[in-house]
Amino acid sequence: MSIEAQSVLNETFVLNLGPQHPATHGVLRIKLTMDGEYIMDADPVIGYGHRMHEKMGENRSYAKFLPNTGRMDYVAALFNGHGYVGAVERLAGITVPERAEYIRVITSELNRVSSHLLWLGAFLVDLGGFTPLLYCFDDREQILDLLESVTGSRLTFCYYRFGGVSNDIDEDFVAGTRKFITRLRSRMPMYDAFVTKNIIFRKRVEGIGHISAETCRKYGATGPVIRGSGVAYDVRKVEPYSVYSKFNFDVPVFHECDCMARYKVRVEEMIQSMRIIEQALDSLPTGPVMAEKVPRTLKPAKGDCYYNVESARGSFGVRVVSDGSENAYRLKLRSPCFSNMSLFRECSEGMLLPDALALLGSLDLVIPDIDR
Amino acid sequence: MITYFKEIFNGLYTLFVGMKITFVHLFRPNVTVHYPRQTLKMTPRYRGHIDLTRDEATGKPKCVVCMACQRACPSGCIKLDGAKAEGAPRKSLTSYTLDFTTCSLCGLCVESCSFDALKFSKAYNLASMKKDDFKMDLLKRVLEKK
Amino acid sequence: MECLRLVLYVAGLLAFATFNAAYLSLLERKFPSWLQLRPGPIEVGPWGLLQPVADGLKLLSKQILTPQGADLLLFKLAPVMVVVPGILCLVTIPFSETLVARNFNLGLLMIFSFGAFGVFAVLLGGWASNNKYSSIAAARVVAQNIAYEIPMLLVVISVVFVTRTFNLHSIVEQQTGGFWHWNVLNLKASLMMPIAFLIYFICMLAETNRAPFDMVEAESELVAGAFTEYSGMGFGLFFIAEYVNIIVGCSIGTILFLGGWDCPFGLLPGVHWFLIKMYALCVAVIWVRWSFPRTQFYGLLNLSWKILIPFALVNLVLTAFMLKLFR
Repeated sequence: MSIEAQSVLNETFVLNLGPQHPATHGVLRIKLTMDGEYIMDADPVIGYGHRMHEKMGENRSYAKFLPNTGRMDYVAALFNGHGYVGAVERLAGITVPERAEYIRVITSELNRVSSHLLWLGAFLVDLGGFTPLLYCFDDREQILDLLESVTGSRLTFCYYRFGGVSNDIDEDFVAGTRKFITRLRSRMPMYDAFVTKNIIFRKRVEGIGHISAETCRKYGATGPVIRGSGVAYDVRKVEPYSVYSKFNFDVPVFHECDCMARYKVRVEEMIQSMRIIEQALDSLPTGPVMAEKVPRTLKPAKGDCYYNVESARGSFGVRVVSDGSENAYRLKLRSPCFSNMSLFRECSEGMLLPDALALLGSLDLVIPDIDR
Repeated sequence: MITYFKEIFNGLYTLFVGMKITFVHLFRPNVTVHYPRQTLKMTPRYRGHIDLTRDEATGKPKCVVCMACQRACPSGCIKLDGAKAEGAPRKSLTSYTLDFTTCSLCGLCVESCSFDALKFSKAYNLASMKKDDFKMDLLKRVLEKK
Repeated sequence: MECLRLVLYVAGLLAFATFNAAYLSLLERKFPSWLQLRPGPIEVGPWGLLQPVADGLKLLSKQILTPQGADLLLFKLAPVMVVVPGILCLVTIPFSETLVARNFNLGLLMIFSFGAFGVFAVLLGGWASNNKYSSIAAARVVAQNIAYEIPMLLVVISVVFVTRTFNLHSIVEQQTGGFWHWNVLNLKASLMMPIAFLIYFICMLAETNRAPFDMVEAESELVAGAFTEYSGMGFGLFFIAEYVNIIVGCSIGTILFLGGWDCPFGLLPGVHWFLIKMYALCVAVIWVRWSFPRTQFYGLLNLSWKILIPFALVNLVLTAFMLKLFR
């Protein structure tokens, strides 16, 4: 066959899944080279939401950076805050009182549940089922109300401080959280019957979007992505931080490597988070919620510290390099979504467009976290 | 052959279960609040924009113009000024403006104040056509408050 | 006299079609909101009853944009072409013993031939928009509709075996007298009649491009599919056509399977029973849309070719067999 005839046969076109698209969960642009309905190449273009958070870390004092932590991955904002204050505390040698650690764990795990509920609803909207979104948001509202009664914010939290947390929790919060856990536990069978067992949903996600463990390791994907591919890597178990070593919980791992495995990992994680919250509430110690003698303007000694947190999306890391002055010399934010998204190009080759969008949805990306 | 029929039957059964679940929800009450006809009460710690607190004895704001809040603010939205009146022991406020368009509600100003002079208001119903409405004069607000 | 009667009927049918399209779209928004524990549209008019009026005014007030490079004639022809067959099908549907515009002997055949016309119009609209998204969606529509015409026609033919006529009026007359006479429970004609009704319902969902088979619109993937480039009343016409198709599909369902204007207990037959049954089927269509996610495209084709067609063929053979046995 002549070269001209071959090139006509191989005619591909470029489809722009633009920054404004209902399925890309933010401002992600993907340039798809398509052959009919099959994707030949998917080239993601990021940076539409770049706000230079890392540079802002160098421009302002440590305390002034705290509101920025809630604006990166805003769906699970408390984890970012935990990473940052943990890194600075490690650098400055501040010990956090136990009650504050317990409160951090409780609020972080509540945030994880709310993030997974949001993901569940959004993933199903991508697949075309609009009703579970509203059921998930019904549950999520209760979490946000609880967190609002403690921190004052619903989405972009600025709650953790160097040496503890800014406000203490009260009896209403404890009672409300216990009530919420009972309620969500009673609703999990409904989600199971409505979503997980639904034949149409299963046909959409079972066997779709295979990501092998090798690919995850190559791109540094963590979180539910790697746990759905059979590797039991969870920062809370591998490098325990805060008081997670005191709690009894399992790390859900599934070996099928498809979208269904990642879905099941996240549902199981919600159940395990509720276990952690219950144990934390049962053994909550009394005491102060803020370390004493934390200077107003923190000037940590020269050094370089890294602190790793298991965020709802993966391993979120903060590296702080200090030169002894009021501002950090360098603040590096390791974003889990960036690594998770980078495997999309390789994994979506040869897939149909709706399947690729199901894969993108199952990676649970929040684009401001990628762009920072 | 048997698996073919079993799969069809089980699949159809899950669809009917799904429809039953949505049907059951038809009879549950609404969970939404019909804003603006109904409103919710904000929790005590809700973060609206900041307000100066008033000393009930003197009727004046508690602020002593130490500038800690201005220094603590990451976005530079607080501008205050004060002067020492004749015979007064401390400085008192002459102006306090908050540029709410850049405020991120982080709460660092409220925490940095050791005189309990700042608090969060519960105002959430803020919408306006002019940017100037959000350059708030907090001194005027606290003096005019009943 | 006959001419005047026909003109009045057509005017009435147009009014019925547009009124239904408007208020079914409101039901489409209110019903899922009850399922989702929220009130739905309540602001415009009491209980949101004037919402379709507001929607219609909004669509009328938009500028009709034609994309650059679009085939102008086809682009403008497609919305008109998609509405006309639906309304024409309504002409031959008997709403009650006396309420029918024109009762053809081949009424059923006419309805199915006009149904295919609507598919052609969507294909033209998608292709003429000069937009990659629309072209992909148009190609999908054709494949989907062809795949689902076959089981639908097989099931309908098996019903025609029983009724021995294409005349819709006579089909309903054979089912009068209570729900045990209805075709869906006519197990003497075929043991698989209820399954045949289910197959008909699923095929109707696919033919009218409703979820879970709405790849055409596939909101979260292809923005608005074949209708991406249409604005204002062009989009409005596609919208109306979708609802008119649903009405026609549900009417044929009630006529063929549920006894048309017959009362379940044989007491007071009339147009009210027809409307109750038709709207019950419409509510079921809306209910199914909001309960499930969308199927995959190859899943849709698999369902048709591997499941629905075998079952429909078995039903056909079984009906023929039992008719030979029991007549």
